Amino acid sequence: MSRFKVQVEVSLRPGIADPEGATIERTLPALGFEGVSGVQMGKSIRFEIEAIDEKTATEQVAAMCERFLTNPVIEDSAISVRAAEGAARP
Amino acid sequence: MTARVAVVMFPGSNCEHDVVEAMARVGAKGEIVYHDQERLDGFDAVVLPGGFAHGDYLRCGAIARFSPVMGAVAEMARDGAPVIGICNGFQVLTEAGLLPGALQKNRGLKFLCQTEELRVETTTTALTSEASVGQSLRIPINHFEGNYTCDPETLRQLREEDRIVLRYVNNPNGATDDIAGVCNEARNVVGLMPHPERASDALLGSDDGLVLLRSIVETSG
Repeated sequence: MSRFKVQVEVSLRPGIADPEGATIERTLPALGFEGVSGVQMGKSIRFEIEAIDEKTATEQVAAMCERFLTNPVIEDSAISVRAAEGAARP
Repeated sequence: MTARVAVVMFPGSNCEHDVVEAMARVGAKGEIVYHDQERLDGFDAVVLPGGFAHGDYLRCGAIARFSPVMGAVAEMARDGAPVIGICNGFQVLTEAGLLPGALQKNRGLKFLCQTEELRVETTTTALTSEASVGQSLRIPINHFEGNYTCDPETLRQLREEDRIVLRYVNNPNGATDDIAGVCNEARNVVGLMPHPERASDALLGSDDGLVLLRSIVETSG
């Protein structure tokens, strides 16, 4: 078994209103930051997982996203999986 | 026979006693049931009350939907008993897939706690059988995530099947099509953001919620 570091980026699906992102975008010029557009608010979930290989780990994380970590009605997810520091366990 | 209404208490629910009290006003017996109960035998209806189930961590209702009691709630829904989600309870029902759509943050990013005027859109549901179409009800809302959202296909279906149960007269939160409440296909599962239990006595400023609570009792036979 190996350990993998996982990061799940949760974002709102296209077409779903993002009032937090819009508010941040509207506020920036007031602070002197001009030219910012396309602000999107999301969530990042990080954890480690033990799995036989990276493919299996990724499949498990995808299943978590589908069932629990995101609400597919309004949210998308982007998954990144990489080997954790140190060698694989014997 | 006095109707027995299960009022589910999750860790973080905070309207369960209000619902029990309000159900008594319409002649029903509300009984608080803890979320770890796996059975709801003998109950005629179930209400998921408002609050912050499991701290609303991850998303509102995301963790509550996996509570042991939710299997029994789904069973009652299948059997046709009234299953009513109020506010946080509505969020739980959408997360559980018992109602379509989702509740997003309010458009204005403000927590809203105020009385709203609602319009009854249909009376063939477990929540509105005693009301009349077009009836105006003044009932408080109390939420941050009450902005009802669904895809265009779902919205078309809700409209076509007359499943939009209540609409806001002055949309306070950006909800799609002014939706304050929807029902499932069988019309026994209803979710709404406003709190009828907080409009159950003239002393509270309105007793317009009683007609909705009475409907739950009348359809629970």
